[in-house]
Amino acid sequence: MIVELGHLALILAFLVAIVQATVPMVGAHRGWTDWMRVATPAASAQFGLTLVAFLALMSAFVTSDFSVRLVAANSHSAKPLLYKISGTWGNHEGSMVLWMLILSLFGGMVAWRGANLPPALKARVLGVQASISVAFFAFILWTSNPFERLAFAPIDGNDLNPLLQDPGLAFHPPFLYVGYVGLSMAYSFAMAALIEGRVDAAWARWVRPWTLLAWLFLTIGIALGSFWAYYELGWGGWWFWDPVENVSFMPWLLATALLHSAIVVEKRDALKSWTILLAILAFSFSLIGAFVVRSGIITSVHAFATDPERGMFLLWILAIFIGGSLTLYAWRAPSLRTSSVFATVSRESGLVVNNLLLVVATLVVFFGTMWPLLAEVLTGRKVSVGPPYFDLAFTPFMVGLAMILPVFATLPWKRGDLPTAMRPLWGVLAVAVALGALVWTLQTGGAILAPVGVALAAWLILGALAEIAGRIRLGRAPLAESARRAANLPRADWGKAIGHAGFGITIFGIACVTAWATEDIRVLRTGETFAAGGYDLRLDAVAQSEGPNYSAETGRITVLRDGAEIGVLSPEKRFYPVQRMGTTEAAIDRTLTRDLYVTLGDPQSDGGWAVRTYVKPFANWIWLGALVMAAGGAISLTDRRYRVGAPARRAAPAPGAVPAE
Amino acid sequence: MRRSVLALAVCLAPLAAAAIGPDEILPDPAEEARARAITSELRCVVCQSESIDESNAEIARDLRLLVRERIVAGDADAEVLDFVADRYGEFVLFRPPMTAANAPLWLAGPVFLIFGLALSAAFVRRRAREARRPRSGLSPEEQSRIDALLRE
Repeated sequence: MIVELGHLALILAFLVAIVQATVPMVGAHRGWTDWMRVATPAASAQFGLTLVAFLALMSAFVTSDFSVRLVAANSHSAKPLLYKISGTWGNHEGSMVLWMLILSLFGGMVAWRGANLPPALKARVLGVQASISVAFFAFILWTSNPFERLAFAPIDGNDLNPLLQDPGLAFHPPFLYVGYVGLSMAYSFAMAALIEGRVDAAWARWVRPWTLLAWLFLTIGIALGSFWAYYELGWGGWWFWDPVENVSFMPWLLATALLHSAIVVEKRDALKSWTILLAILAFSFSLIGAFVVRSGIITSVHAFATDPERGMFLLWILAIFIGGSLTLYAWRAPSLRTSSVFATVSRESGLVVNNLLLVVATLVVFFGTMWPLLAEVLTGRKVSVGPPYFDLAFTPFMVGLAMILPVFATLPWKRGDLPTAMRPLWGVLAVAVALGALVWTLQTGGAILAPVGVALAAWLILGALAEIAGRIRLGRAPLAESARRAANLPRADWGKAIGHAGFGITIFGIACVTAWATEDIRVLRTGETFAAGGYDLRLDAVAQSEGPNYSAETGRITVLRDGAEIGVLSPEKRFYPVQRMGTTEAAIDRTLTRDLYVTLGDPQSDGGWAVRTYVKPFANWIWLGALVMAAGGAISLTDRRYRVGAPARRAAPAPGAVPAE
Repeated sequence: MRRSVLALAVCLAPLAAAAIGPDEILPDPAEEARARAITSELRCVVCQSESIDESNAEIARDLRLLVRERIVAGDADAEVLDFVADRYGEFVLFRPPMTAANAPLWLAGPVFLIFGLALSAAFVRRRAREARRPRSGLSPEEQSRIDALLRE
């Protein structure tokens, strides 16, 4: 009954979305305010109905209703409750419902919080947003119905893929989807602006917080996925350049570029048509991601079970939304003229270079991801493009970005000069180069990556600190004066410095792990001790145990340093009988300076166990840096101008004054 | 479909042989390091996105042993890669060779960059030229300031 209610709610949401996609658009075109106003209740209704559908599906999973095909295929009665709940979106159909829930929530947020938007713009934004909803509701209802019943319910379900039975599933996809779908806001605003033919500072001030919100969730979502892969897959890799990772990374790169170019529109009224294009592209890449993951066109470890019919449907959605928006762009963008001017050396130019590097890096990732497909279609050759290519082709862009970032970040708007911008940075540069040189001389191996990475990280982190120090005149004014300046510094400036420092922290982690991780693989009998990375590890015992829906062999490894016991690690091998699949649960002793990572391998014929030990220096800095970046975004989001400054465009000119446009 | 499910089960189930095992390691650390570098550039034919260094499939293990055999036999790194690619096809190379057929892939980055640099340099120079040019009446910048003031 609840399941049918959910299905009904989904159908109603589809119908409401059709109304929301048409009536307000016509209203905005004709200037009929009552038609425009339909958008707000429609967006609320769409969200409410999608929520009902989502909760109905979740209840089917929680109560293990195996008469529902999706539940029978992806759940099991013995599965822990957390994974019954998060298992709702651990499959194609359910994850699409989550996607819709978030899409309609964003629409709802514009409806509820957009009282200060001009009515026509609001109607158009919600209309475009609803047209995306229509397409995806149709996709769900016609190709991926989550509420389909089985004629004969099985006694128990097929269980969820054991790799997904992890707390990571509860957080990674929702964060990622908020990011992907959040970019639809930028897209809808861009389309609305193109239809209206008007982009101004006020428009940028509405778009930027949405992009920032999407970006920060995407940052956390990608970091969570990387962190999850790191501890779950059992060899401590944290990024694999897998197609599915790439398609989540490309929207992130473009959102990062959009975030920066929207500042130029907001503060300087320049780069308007470029920003619109970026907004379109960022969401287009989200759609491409959905297509790649769900169509199976590119082989990947985490693609969903695939179906050509779904692939074709998604291809149509891509063609309509990407093709349509680019056509509209080509038609309307030439009318968006940039009025403001700036010198060659200015922050505007710096942000142009930032955008150039980020967009070209995105294209490189895109090209590398698509090349196997292209090569096969064009020449019939089957080729692979993997980590060695991406490391080589992508890294230079990030190095370039890191090199110029602190300089351009301190340049003033309009016109600046390099000597002035560099003045507070010479010291930072000297320290960074010295640190790099120190690492270069200390390390035994010849990898150039570590010294370069450390120098870049220091340059970014200290550069961000130097910028703040300069802004609050630290050391050049009395301390009380500096404190007052710090308190008055806009949150956006704090967010900027923190975000840039986070980038440095991530670079530091990546460089250290890549250059200095050590590995030890050996056979160990219980009671034996071995040395790895400055520690002594003793395998005390391997015990059998039973989990709720798996059986496990758990090792007990005592870690000693200079003879003193400093901890116990319990790596585990699990076997999930329903899916007949094993998983490796690594035991990780985490500190800020290194991870001690141990996995238990197979029992050997002579009675020992294969044990792998990795020492990963500064591994946690990779994800810590991502969190710091996201925190920077969050702080920037609380900036005063977003809390109070938004309704700039609505303010009517004083009677008799010349309209601004 | 069934085949891919089967492949997935092999790849994700560290039951038979889990990634590189202790029995495979070469006694000479220098040779072993070379072997690891090579095997992490070779793609597992069963487990799609994994290198044979990470893969749990039986064939990946065979290939790991094959690579080590070639190294012990005295092959250079490039010779080992060629040896495997000759037998299993270009598909197993995670780093596509820099051949004419792969030229678009390798040139994509530099070409996009040069193209983008040219476009943005032209844009920035146009802005800068307009910034220098004095105009009668209001400069665009004054105009935009007036616009901004009116909007407030």
